[in-house]
Amino acid sequence: MTVPTSSGTAASVPALSVSGLTVRYGRAGKVPPAVDGVSFDVAPGETLGLVGESGSGKSTIGKAILGLQRPAAGRVLLHGADITRASLRQRRVAAIDLRVVFQDPYSSLNPAQTIGQTLQEPLRVLRVPKDKRWRRVADGLAAVGLPADAAGRYPAQFSGGQRQRIAIARALVCEPQVIVLDEPVSSLDLSTQAQVLNLLADLRGRHQLALLFIAHDLSVVRFLAQRVVVLYRGQVMEAGLVEDVTQRPGHPYTIALTAAAPVPQPAAQARRRAAREALGIAAAGAAPPPAAGCPFAARCPLATDVCRAERPPLVTGDDGADGTGSAVACHHSGQARGLRLPAGAA
Amino acid sequence: MTAPSLTPPLNLAGGPPAAGRGRPRLRAGGALSAAWLVILLLASLTAPLWEPYPVDDQDSLHTLAGPSGSHWLGTDELGRDVLTRIAAGGWISVGPGLLAVVVAFGIGIPLALTAAEHGRWVERGSSRFAELLLALPSMIILLAFVGAVGVHMWAIMTVLGVLLSAPVYRIFLGQAQSVRTLLYVDAARVNGVSSLRVNLRHVLPAMATTIAVQAAQLFAIGVLIEAGLAFMGFGPKVPTPSWGGLIADASQNVYTDPWLMVPTGLVLALTVIAANVLADSVQTGTGRAGPGQAGLGQAGRAGRAPSAAAVTASAPPDPDPLLDVRDLTVAVAGGPGLVTGVSFSMRRGTVLGLVGESGCGKTMTARALPGLLPEGVQVAGGSVWFAGRDLAGLPEKELRAIRGRDIAMISQEPMVALDPVFSIGYQLTQPIRRFRGVGQHGVDGHRVGRAEARRIAAGLLAQVGITNPRRVLRSYPHQLSGGMAQRVCIALALTGSPRLLIADEPTTALDVTVQAEILSLLRSLVRDTGLSVLIVSHDLGVIADLCDDVAVMYAGQVVESGTVAAVLGQPSHPYTAALLGANPHVSEGLPVPGRLPSIPGTVPAPADWPAGCRFAGRCALATAACADPVPATRAHGGGRVRCIHPLSPWPEPNQADGLPVPRPVEPGVTS
Repeated sequence: MTVPTSSGTAASVPALSVSGLTVRYGRAGKVPPAVDGVSFDVAPGETLGLVGESGSGKSTIGKAILGLQRPAAGRVLLHGADITRASLRQRRVAAIDLRVVFQDPYSSLNPAQTIGQTLQEPLRVLRVPKDKRWRRVADGLAAVGLPADAAGRYPAQFSGGQRQRIAIARALVCEPQVIVLDEPVSSLDLSTQAQVLNLLADLRGRHQLALLFIAHDLSVVRFLAQRVVVLYRGQVMEAGLVEDVTQRPGHPYTIALTAAAPVPQPAAQARRRAAREALGIAAAGAAPPPAAGCPFAARCPLATDVCRAERPPLVTGDDGADGTGSAVACHHSGQARGLRLPAGAA
Repeated sequence: MTAPSLTPPLNLAGGPPAAGRGRPRLRAGGALSAAWLVILLLASLTAPLWEPYPVDDQDSLHTLAGPSGSHWLGTDELGRDVLTRIAAGGWISVGPGLLAVVVAFGIGIPLALTAAEHGRWVERGSSRFAELLLALPSMIILLAFVGAVGVHMWAIMTVLGVLLSAPVYRIFLGQAQSVRTLLYVDAARVNGVSSLRVNLRHVLPAMATTIAVQAAQLFAIGVLIEAGLAFMGFGPKVPTPSWGGLIADASQNVYTDPWLMVPTGLVLALTVIAANVLADSVQTGTGRAGPGQAGLGQAGRAGRAPSAAAVTASAPPDPDPLLDVRDLTVAVAGGPGLVTGVSFSMRRGTVLGLVGESGCGKTMTARALPGLLPEGVQVAGGSVWFAGRDLAGLPEKELRAIRGRDIAMISQEPMVALDPVFSIGYQLTQPIRRFRGVGQHGVDGHRVGRAEARRIAAGLLAQVGITNPRRVLRSYPHQLSGGMAQRVCIALALTGSPRLLIADEPTTALDVTVQAEILSLLRSLVRDTGLSVLIVSHDLGVIADLCDDVAVMYAGQVVESGTVAAVLGQPSHPYTAALLGANPHVSEGLPVPGRLPSIPGTVPAPADWPAGCRFAGRCALATAACADPVPATRAHGGGRVRCIHPLSPWPEPNQADGLPVPRPVEPGVTS
């Protein structure tokens, strides 16, 4: 079930490795798990996109990795060391180089603390001496393109995009190697979103950061990630190189997801819309998902009895740019690749 | 992109925006009350230094005397000075009340913080303990304690504090739990900040207002209970004065000498009232208006004069538009304009998109049309011609008749638009019966029952693509998914058979596959029923998918308008081009760029809008001439653009094909 790694990095230890991760919010048997047996690796310097709609479990995976949510099963390895059950206290030592940037730039900064206090708080925990702390705060602000005097001001004096830069700086001052980015740009305006995406691309190159980039927008993921994992109702539907998954999707759900994203060119969008309507994907919520089998079966135009009875395994195809293609969890993956949108409609 | 900024992260107890601090602020009444309490405390603590007579000094010649030069507040039955005794008894009357507050908070708040932090099991244990305390009759416990231990006021009030810690715990448990859902708490925990520090630095400051309010109220209760106990004789031993005791003494002589009751009673009443007024007036600043949002008035006027002239010059040729907005200006009362000189028109049966970033005034424009502006914001100029009437000048009563019937509205949060208490069937049949006369007088004069309204409701639900209308009619909002709820909201909007539907970011809160479904639904409604739709969106893809025409807004103005094919295919205004460039979508066959073209800076606040081009500060093409007011001029066929050096159109083949459009020049590209 492990997603293929991007290239010859298989020998080295992944910066972050998740295997068989399962998270439940309710009682087993009553509620389907929010995350159901998800596995992936992120190599040093690599960006992995975690894509899905609401209820796909993508943010829950982020929480489980960070220790904010206890998994029911599975393992989380940081540089090969098991941190699955490490408490937040133990993580002070065990997970020093694992940091996070959250989606909402408004509630992620304490309105009663100055930017400087917010940024140096994690450094206190790391027992960085006071004089060095302020140097690193200034460096962190400079790295995200903010002036050093921002440290004396309060969050209310900054715009959404600037706050998100501050949240990124808070992660950076600890000199981390792995950052979980939970929808870092989805609450920003288009122009600001581009600024923050560029900043993340720069930082990744400069610091060899491993990024787990959680998002719902495939085009944003395509810009930043090398590989992508597509989730639906807590399960991996498709995973592989970003060009394979976004340009040659092999799972009916990924095809539905790609086809639904509107593009800003009216003529092209009209063709995409026609192609999407021709796919025959059932409306979300029209029918409940089957208790067993593929979670997408209720909406899938290709679904047959086997889809409602048996959960399809994640199998690597042979259709990709590099001859391997993405891994797809679909009983009808061969047929699904034929569903793909007409070439001109992308 | 608008949702998070509209929801203040700390509406439970935030900090005033200007200072960014979580400190409570006082109104005038509160300041007076605080002053009274401080003076009282100081006076009673320093009483031995200034009191005119020794506490127990008896003036047997002047017993039960009224106020006089030698005894300002009179004397009691033993001739003791009342002022002296009130002051000397102040601390013993007020101090135990303070102690009760300190004890109640000292137990209740740490317990609440611990319970909120450690989750269900700890919370259950501590909540059972709190319920036990709440179930105890506190007055009986206090009297029993007096009986067992004797009259020790400080000990009694400690017991009272323990009893009061239960309600304190209950209040702060809820507060602490909601503060802990804020992301900055999670961020601190991920950063390894110790749990004590998370509570002290992040959770407690967010609760500061409630703590202040509750403390003032509990203090008042504590003082009253202390006075009550002393009145009943469970106060300090006899010669020692306390307010309750003084009132008890006064009550002995209330028929012969009623004055004695007045000074002590007044001081006690004032103290209790002051504590309550203080509790009421403790408040934090509301909202999160950015710096510079308030104060300046000239910004609203700045752009108006030139735009008016320009608009009339290029009036649309359409003889009979459904909606014709002319030079609309929306402003904060006495403050800056939020929307200035906006003009556009809509043909029947078409879809117009208002697009722009947050803070550009597109929602204000849309809400101004049916007169649904928020409190304190008003139409300050211009006209809104809808079906031959100027809505901008109509009184609220006539607007109300138009809303729902002629103009309906759906919003970003379908769940908020539906009342959680009533079934979908009830919420749909009510407006149907109101708008369509069903249920009062049928088509042919006889009364038609609810069944008819229900049949129409089911028909509307089917029309918005709900496969099982009967089941949905029986369900409640919480049983619906976001997409279903938005469909129900559209059905609700259709109950009055409106001619214009205003849709404010109708798909922003929805998943992308659900968004596609809702857009298809809106398109089929326009095609099949002749409905016109005004859609507000930040998403250029949504605009490209649904709209016939589009108006691009920047900083309260329409900077470019025209057909969707023209504006998105060959943008004239550098802002439109920059927005298109910043879109991360890459057409097939083109490589993913290493960097996205972005626009430096942010949209300026209304008070900072310049007299000239408002985009000039972020525009790579800006010249000195851009500092002068920029009129709207004709562009790409029937469209208009507000720019003195618009971009030249793209080659025809690309535009006709619409795809792939090369990335426009990148005005305002950072680095």
